[in-house]
Amino acid sequence: MNVLIIGATSAIAKAAARQYAARGECLFLIARDDKRLQEMSEDLVVRGADSVNSASLDLLQHDQHSQAIDEAASVLGTIDIALVCHGSLPDQEQAENDFAAAEKALDINGLSVISLVTALAATMKLQGNGKIAVVTSVAGDRGRQPNFVYGAAKAMVSTYLQGLRGKLLPHGVQVIDIRPGLVDSPMTAHLEKGALFSSPETVAAKIVKSIDGNRHTVYAPGYWRLIMLVVKSIPEAIFKRLKF
Amino acid sequence: MQLAGWGRFPRVDAELIEPPTAQAVITVLKESDEEGTLIARGAGRSYGDSSLNTQVLSSRFLDSFSSFDEGSARLRCSAGVTIDELLKVSIPKGLFPAVVPGTKQVSIGGAIAADIHGKNHHRDGSFCDHVESLTLALASGEIKVCSTKKNKELFHATCGGMGLTGVILDATVNLEKVPSVFIRSQAIATKNLNHTIEQLEALNDNKFVVAWVDCLATGDELGRGIVHAGNFTEDAPMEYVRRWGPSVPFNTPSLMLNRYSMSWFNNFYYWLYNRPAGEDLDSYDSFFFPLDSIKHWNRLYGRKGFLQYQFLLPEDTAQKGTQAVLERVADAGKGSFLAVLKKFGAGNSNLLSFPGPGLTLTLDFKNEASLFPLLDELDKIVIENGGRHYLAKDARLSAETFKAGYPQWAKFKAVKDKVDPQQRFSSLQSQRIGLTTAKDERL
Repeated sequence: MNVLIIGATSAIAKAAARQYAARGECLFLIARDDKRLQEMSEDLVVRGADSVNSASLDLLQHDQHSQAIDEAASVLGTIDIALVCHGSLPDQEQAENDFAAAEKALDINGLSVISLVTALAATMKLQGNGKIAVVTSVAGDRGRQPNFVYGAAKAMVSTYLQGLRGKLLPHGVQVIDIRPGLVDSPMTAHLEKGALFSSPETVAAKIVKSIDGNRHTVYAPGYWRLIMLVVKSIPEAIFKRLKF
Repeated sequence: MQLAGWGRFPRVDAELIEPPTAQAVITVLKESDEEGTLIARGAGRSYGDSSLNTQVLSSRFLDSFSSFDEGSARLRCSAGVTIDELLKVSIPKGLFPAVVPGTKQVSIGGAIAADIHGKNHHRDGSFCDHVESLTLALASGEIKVCSTKKNKELFHATCGGMGLTGVILDATVNLEKVPSVFIRSQAIATKNLNHTIEQLEALNDNKFVVAWVDCLATGDELGRGIVHAGNFTEDAPMEYVRRWGPSVPFNTPSLMLNRYSMSWFNNFYYWLYNRPAGEDLDSYDSFFFPLDSIKHWNRLYGRKGFLQYQFLLPEDTAQKGTQAVLERVADAGKGSFLAVLKKFGAGNSNLLSFPGPGLTLTLDFKNEASLFPLLDELDKIVIENGGRHYLAKDARLSAETFKAGYPQWAKFKAVKDKVDPQQRFSSLQSQRIGLTTAKDERL
């Protein structure tokens, strides 16, 4: 199978790429840092990938997205699976008080994802098959005080995917929304780790399994569905007073 | 955050730095406070305080492979890659690390820093004997590639150097072609220490030889045990084994490990193998890494943790010294589940490497106040008999005992002072055993 991974150097993407490599798939990686892409390609070849190609791209440059997807498609032949993983956890305080910071966070976690998905949808429609998997977050399920800028961007993507899923159904293209909980990765290095943190490997295993199956909305690990069900059911009158 | 080694003693408050790339390690070294000291930490499988300090630099995210040449059986990877990860890529190609320790959860960086050994030391030497080259980040942030040909002095100080010369970023290791990853082994029950040593010698032609010793047996049976010997076999498959086992979810009351339960276990284990000689077929996983199947087994020793005590005695005093140690331990009634006796082959030229010709005995003890005077007594026996202690297991050795066991320590210190004049790299262990000075004393 041919797998395109966007935001490939993120911890979850790296772990998923390794699982695909161990299965002997053909990989195409997109991320910003060329040196890290090179290192990652070498790693994936040793781990058994059939072939690994990559392209470096600043994902905030929306006008270059469709060209990058075209390049990936021409190298891979067809894109069987596209996994969109990039994102960045903004400083909530800063994003609340400085719109430029909020705008950047909304772009990297929201708009840039939708731009890429638009290009992917076009390519896969032409192919007549394919799977688009996007890593969003449980943070998008409800706006919470400590991270609602990040959450708003993720919610935008999740809502977008819900609509797109139906649109692409007749074209044989599957859309998967993966919502990880707390992940112990370099992105959360500054946070104190508790029992609810999962490893990138655990989340990646769930992603690979969900893409193989015919899933549409997936919580990783699964118990986050229950946690978020509880979080979503708290009446707003009470919720607005909660600081978690 | 709270950090400890595998023995869970001591436990200290430390700042854990987890750089995502090798480049980030160098940035940390260049930008961090020059007054502070730090130590690299791999998978956290050294038992005591070798990877503890106020600042700890984790190699956890340095977990990539760079190249794997099947023809020359040579693999290059970052320091944080574990033996387990390595096995996943090497076994399908019919290759196996030349040396593996008793757990597959150690990092390559840690394996080099402690110059670890396995059940085949008498034949194949220790881990660093199969390291082609390594990349080291010095305190200044400068990168040095070291091997037996290039930066030789630094190589022999870094191999077995407990992370005190710099941060190991990556290494190229030589793997070994194996006929399968299954081991055909035999187990021989022995009557006493002399008999155990005799069997260890008699079976020396096997690739893997190790003895379990019943350390609660006394009198005529002192030092009785089971000698295991084995070799990779031809007629078995080559496949990575994924084993599922139980996990110890929390600290069990340490009372559960008392002289009665241990005596029962030791008798049971002896009985299990005390049968007519026959052959067993074990996967590499159950032969080399039996305890890995129980996740967090270190919690069995309770909240206060445990200490592992491993020493080496040279050939001429090995029998006498081991006998004296076992007698003292049996007297004190402080036996352990795991008492392991192994005959080493020749040592190497690394300045602080543990292995050398002779016998090595490993004992586990539950951490309790009354243990420390006993270990001090054992130290005396070991040093009087010309032996030394394994630093990767140590949490309490005195500077005098360490220096008596490692006569090359001053030579090591000279190399360290050259590459790390400000003593930026230091661990609680190196401060205790007098290889580096603590921060306050430096000023």
